[in-house]
Amino acid sequence: MLTLTNDMMRSIIMDHYSNPLNKHQPTSDKFTQIHMHSDNCIDDLNIFLLIENDVVTDACFDGVACTISTASTDIMCDLLKGKKTDEAKNIIKQYDNMIHEQPFDEEVLEEAIVFINTSKQAARIRCATIGWNAADAILKGK
Amino acid sequence: MYDVKKIREQFPMLNGKIMQGHPLVYLDNASTTLKPQCVIDAINNYLCNETANSHRGDYDLLFNMDMKVLETRKVVAKLVNSEPNEVVFTSGDTMSLNLIAMSYGFQFLKKDDEIIVSEAEHASNLLPWYEISHLTGAVIKFIPLDKEGRLTVENLQKVITKKTKIVSIAQVSNVLGNVVDVKSFAKVAHENGAVLVVDGAQSVPHMPIDFKDSDIDFLTFSSHKMCGPTGVGCLVGKYELLKQMWPYFVGGGMNVSFNKNIEMVPYEPPMRFEAGTLNLEGICGFKAAVEFLLEIGIENIHKHDQELCDYAISKLEKCDDIVIYNKNSRNGIIAFNKKGVFAQDEATLLNSKGIAIRSGQHCAKILNDFLGTPATCRMSTYLYTTKEDIDAFVDALINGGDILDAYFN
Repeated sequence: MLTLTNDMMRSIIMDHYSNPLNKHQPTSDKFTQIHMHSDNCIDDLNIFLLIENDVVTDACFDGVACTISTASTDIMCDLLKGKKTDEAKNIIKQYDNMIHEQPFDEEVLEEAIVFINTSKQAARIRCATIGWNAADAILKGK
Repeated sequence: MYDVKKIREQFPMLNGKIMQGHPLVYLDNASTTLKPQCVIDAINNYLCNETANSHRGDYDLLFNMDMKVLETRKVVAKLVNSEPNEVVFTSGDTMSLNLIAMSYGFQFLKKDDEIIVSEAEHASNLLPWYEISHLTGAVIKFIPLDKEGRLTVENLQKVITKKTKIVSIAQVSNVLGNVVDVKSFAKVAHENGAVLVVDGAQSVPHMPIDFKDSDIDFLTFSSHKMCGPTGVGCLVGKYELLKQMWPYFVGGGMNVSFNKNIEMVPYEPPMRFEAGTLNLEGICGFKAAVEFLLEIGIENIHKHDQELCDYAISKLEKCDDIVIYNKNSRNGIIAFNKKGVFAQDEATLLNSKGIAIRSGQHCAKILNDFLGTPATCRMSTYLYTTKEDIDAFVDALINGGDILDAYFN
């Protein structure tokens, strides 16, 4: 399990915001896409997942987004890549529990733990979950 | 002598409200305003002592409520200098604009007629016209903004033609705060055979408006942006125009008679537009709010807004990393961004210091293309705002630290 100080968590968020490696167009037309926009922030994102043989083999996103939504979606893409769809769904479930201050499994969240304080700024919960809700919808075939 | 301390004493939200561990600094008045005790008492009094419907004076309580509604029309008429029977109660500015579009627009527009709006409009003064354009085949044209984002008579003249039937603009933009010369707009509209609709949501609460002298045809506004309750507002229309308009909302309280031949005779204005039970506690609160503003004086409120705006701009201009989008508008609204910081992130940081501002597109999505930014922060003042509020805001903006402090401190 990672033990992170506040400073480390801050630098992880800023790093994923300033240099989001998963923020790009999908590399093929086989990706499933969902468009999400927020009703309380400017966030306007497209999320792309490539699912092959029940495994998330690739994930990326593009659009306009604030610090929290950009960093949280970028970290999510890293986490989901290579996971079986059931594992991916569980990671999203655990993340959602963390954001809403419910008991959650830290082990599976890895870097995504940096968003543990989101509930301090309740107006930004939507930003921290917008990409995750999109991926969840794709995984559940909604 | 404008005594802001004494004014503030009347607002419960300014006396003890804590947000994120700090006393509330409320700078989101373009969105909605705080309520003074007299408004709260008026609503409470309706609920505790005056509850009754209006329209039928069969017993004392009903008669008194009819009188209260009439008195409210009178104080609103006094505020904007119209006749009381030109004041139609609605749920607010948005409903008023929809009502004009669906009633006047549907009746008088035909295919290829023109509706003129501007690039700076709020969704509430664009989307009703989009709808009526789809229904009638009328065409929507946009007045281009000048370099500072203002609406000028010269630019209206560039787009208006004899086919134009309606010009609909906000007197004060909700993002940039610029004031439109509505009297000149009305003159140009009338010369071309069009009517002028003025969205007064951001102007009526903040500056003197003379409906008659400016010769505008329709004026709309909301109670909640002027210290009154939500869910009530006005359409003020020239009586001869209201008389020509068929009601869009129909039902009880708006008709003289109806029969099995599918015929209905509506009341005269304004009641023909007020189907169903009015928001009566809202109207009681609205009346108290307008009286409160008249007592302080709209001209004084306007001066106060301008002074605070000048003060804030003079402080913000000294900061290299603040971009101000409307330096010269001087009207209680400042649109800005901190360089390199996403607008929502700045608003979150300010929230963590107890400061309420808005970020985003402020429902004026076309304007952001003009400004060249996906989102802006907006701070907006009102009659109870102090220089100390501005100091706290500027200090948080400049020395507030990292945007992630909001999450980790």
